[in-house]
Amino acid sequence: MLSPELGRFALALACSLAVAQFVLPLTGAWRRDPRLMATAPALAFGQLACLALSFVCLAAAAIGDDFSVANIAENSAIAKPLLYKITGIWGNHEGSILLWSLILALCGGAVAWFGRTLPSTLQARVLGVLGGTAAGFELFCLFTSNPFDRVWPAPVDGHGMNPLLQDPGLAFHPPILYAGYVGFAVPFAFAVAALMEGRVDAAWGRWVRPWAVAAWCFLTCGIALGSWWSYYVLGWGGYWFWDPVENASLLPWLTGTALVHSAIVVEKREALKVWTVLLAIGTFSLSLSGTFLVRSGILNSVHSFANDPTRGVFILGLLALVIGSALLLFAIRAPKLSAGGTFAPLSREGALVMNNILLCAICAVVLTGTMYPPFASLLFGSAISVGKPFFDATAAPMALPLLAAMAIGPMLPWKRAQLAPVLARLWWAGLLAGIVGLAAARGLKGVLPIVAFVLGVWVIAASAASLLQRIGHRRGTAFRDSLHRARMLPRAVFGAALAHAGAGVTVIGLAAMSDASHAIVAVHTGDSVQLAGYRWTLTGLADAAGPNYRARVATIEVRRHDHLVTVLHPSRRDFASQNQTTSEVAIHTNGMADLYAVLGDEHDSGPGKDNEHTAILRLHYNPLAPWMWLGALIMAIGGALSLSDRRVRVGAPRRARNAVAVPAE
Amino acid sequence: MMPPGSLLSRRRVLTIAPLAGAAAVGVGFWAMLAGMGRGSFDPHDIHAPALNRQVPPFALPDQAPGHGFSSADLGAATAPLLVNFFASWCIPCVIEAPLLISLKGRLPVWGIAYKDRPDDAAGFVTRTGSPYARLAADRPGLTAIDWGVSGVPESFLIRPGGTIAWHTAGPLTQEIIDRQVLPLAAELRR
Repeated sequence: MLSPELGRFALALACSLAVAQFVLPLTGAWRRDPRLMATAPALAFGQLACLALSFVCLAAAAIGDDFSVANIAENSAIAKPLLYKITGIWGNHEGSILLWSLILALCGGAVAWFGRTLPSTLQARVLGVLGGTAAGFELFCLFTSNPFDRVWPAPVDGHGMNPLLQDPGLAFHPPILYAGYVGFAVPFAFAVAALMEGRVDAAWGRWVRPWAVAAWCFLTCGIALGSWWSYYVLGWGGYWFWDPVENASLLPWLTGTALVHSAIVVEKREALKVWTVLLAIGTFSLSLSGTFLVRSGILNSVHSFANDPTRGVFILGLLALVIGSALLLFAIRAPKLSAGGTFAPLSREGALVMNNILLCAICAVVLTGTMYPPFASLLFGSAISVGKPFFDATAAPMALPLLAAMAIGPMLPWKRAQLAPVLARLWWAGLLAGIVGLAAARGLKGVLPIVAFVLGVWVIAASAASLLQRIGHRRGTAFRDSLHRARMLPRAVFGAALAHAGAGVTVIGLAAMSDASHAIVAVHTGDSVQLAGYRWTLTGLADAAGPNYRARVATIEVRRHDHLVTVLHPSRRDFASQNQTTSEVAIHTNGMADLYAVLGDEHDSGPGKDNEHTAILRLHYNPLAPWMWLGALIMAIGGALSLSDRRVRVGAPRRARNAVAVPAE
Repeated sequence: MMPPGSLLSRRRVLTIAPLAGAAAVGVGFWAMLAGMGRGSFDPHDIHAPALNRQVPPFALPDQAPGHGFSSADLGAATAPLLVNFFASWCIPCVIEAPLLISLKGRLPVWGIAYKDRPDDAAGFVTRTGSPYARLAADRPGLTAIDWGVSGVPESFLIRPGGTIAWHTAGPLTQEIIDRQVLPLAAELRR
C-alpha cells in the first residue's frame, strides 16, 4: 500500500499543487479576482496532505526495513532500534530535504488556518510566495535528492546509521532546527507580499511578529540542542566550535532576533518599516544559504554531509530565484514605502535600533569569518581556516554592549526618554551585578569573562526590575494591588522579561565555562587523579554488549574530601557494521557544575602483563555548564509565553468578527 | 517620467545594495561549484592527498581472488591505471561496481579492499564480477590513511611511474568517467 512509488507520486502531486498555489493566488491578487485568491488555502492544505502522505510512505519503508530503497539501505539496518529507524528518516540528506518540504507545507497550512482574518489579497500573496518556495524545494527533492530511489541488487541488510546520529538528542534536533529555519519563510512571505501590496503598516507588524517569534523559539531550541549534542556526544568537552554548520544556524538566529525586535517598532510606532522588511527577507535568505552551504560541500565542517556539486548548482539556482527576486522586488518597491514616525536617539525605538545594529554587526562578522576561507581559496588560491580565536575576539566585544543596553531598553519610554530616571530605578540591579561580579572575579580568569558575568547578572536583575516597575511594586504599595496589576499585565511583558533573563543565564554559563579545567591522563586500574578539587579514581574496565554495538565501559569514582560524589561510566562503542567507534561521555551534574569523563584508547603496558592495561581518560570540570542550555530554554519559553498573549495572536480579532452575523459574500 | 537624478537617490542605492551584494556572493558560489565540478576547486583540499606526488610506500597482501600489489608495482607501471578503494559494506561501492566493470576494458583498475573481512570482500567481488586486475587487502586501513582516503569509495588515477594524477572521493559516475577519467588517461598515454 504505502509503497515508495506512492510516496514519490504524492511528492510529485504536492509539487504540482505548490506550483498552482504559487500561480493562482498571485494572479488572483494581481487581477483582484476573489475566486482565484480563494483557492490559496485549499491548495495549501492539499499540498500539506500530499507531503504528509509522502513522508508516511518513507517512514513505512524505514520501519519495514525495505532495503531496496537506496536511502534506507545506506542509513538503516535490521538491528537498529525502532526509534532510530524513524528518526533516521531525516538523518540523511534526502530524507531531511523531504522533512524540510513537509515543515514548509506545515507553515503554509498554518497561514491558511490561522490567517483567515488576514485581508484576502495579503493572505493570497503570502500563500502564493510560500507555494513558490515550496515548489522549488519539492523540485529539488524530486530531481536531485529523491529519497525513494531504489537500489539493485537490494542488500540483505542495510549499512546502518552513522552511530553519532544514534542519540536521542540528535534524533529530534533536525525537526526542531528546521522548524526554526523554515518558520522564517512566513515572515519572508509576509515581507514579499507587503512589497507587492506596496504597503507596510502597524497591522502588518502585528501579523508578522508572532510567526517570527515562533520560528525564533524553535531556532533557539534547535541551536541549544545542537550545542548540547556536540557537548555530550562528540566528547570534546566544549559546546560551540564556530563550525560552519553551527554558524549557519547562528546567522539567521542573529538577524531573526533583530527582526523580532524591529517588528515591535513597526507595530507600535510604524517606524523602521523598510528595515524590518529587509530583515525578514535577509533572515530567511540566511536560513536558505545555510542549507545550501552545508549541502553543497563548499564549507569545510566536522559534520559530514553529501558533497555533491550537482545538488549545489540546483540549490544555488533556487537561491538565486527566491532571494534574488525578493531582493529585486525590494530594490524596486522599498523606496516607495512611506517613512514612519520620528523618534529621539535616546528612546525605546533608539534602544531597539541599537539592538538591531549590534546584532547585525555580529552577524556580519560571523558571516565574514565563515565565508572568508572559501572565497580566499577561490580568489587567491590559498587554503586558510578562520578559527575560534577570530570569532571569540570579534563577536564578544559587540555582544557586551548589547547586554548592557538590553537591560535598559525595555524600561525606556517611546519617542523620547531620559536616562537618569531609568538608571535610578535600576540602581539595585547595578549594585547586585557589581557585588556578584566581584565575588565571581576571584574565580574567573581574564577580564572578558568577568565583564560578561557581571553583565549577565545585570540583565537578569534588570529584567526583574522592569517587571516590578510594571506592576508598580515599590515601598508603600499594597501587595494585593501589585498582584492585581501583575495579573492584568499582558503575558508578552512577562515573556520579554523572561527571554531577556534567559539570555543573561546563558551568558553567565558561557562566562563561567572560561574557568573550566580538564586533564588528559593515562592511568592503570586503581590509579587516582586530582582535578578541580575532586579525586577521580579508575576502579574498573569491563566489556558490555548493546543492540548493534560492543561497548567497553570504565568505572570512575569521584570523591571530594573522601566523600563519594558520583560514579561515572564513560564508554566506547564499536559499531561493527560501519567500522566506527563512538565515545559515550559520562556526565554528572549538580546544576552548578558538570563532572565530565571520556574513555579514550587502551594500551598494554608491556608483554606478559595482561591485566596491566593503561587507559587514556579525559576528565573535565565545567562550572555552570548546564546554565548555557537552561538559558536558551528560558529564552524559548519567554518567546512562547509572549506568543500566548491574546493581543499578539493572529486569530485574536476572530471572536469579534464571529459575533457579527456575516452575510454571504 | 522620473527625473534622472532620482534614479540614483540615496534611498534607491541603499535598497539596491542588498541585491548587488547577494548577486556578487552568488556569482562567487557559482564559480566555486563550477570549479568543484571540474575538479579545479576543492574547499576540502586540506585533507586531499597531494596531487602529482609519488604514491606513499606500501606493500599489501593478496585479496582473493586476485594478487596483491605494492607501491613498487605502481612505480613500475608503464600505462595509467586507476586505483579504487572499496569495501563490501559500502552501498555506494555496490552502485559503482557496474561502472568499474565497463571501464576495465579501457583502463586497468586495481582494487584495494578497505577495512573489510577477506571473505566478505571476496564474496562482494565474486558476486558483482571483478573489475580489478590486481586486488589487495588493507584490513587495518593504514595504507588508506597514507593515501589520504577519508572513506570508500575513493579512486586515484596513477601516472606511469607511480605519481597521483587525479583523485576523487565518492562513487564514480558515468559523467566523471567520460569527462575526467578517460580524457586524462588518454592524455597520459601520449
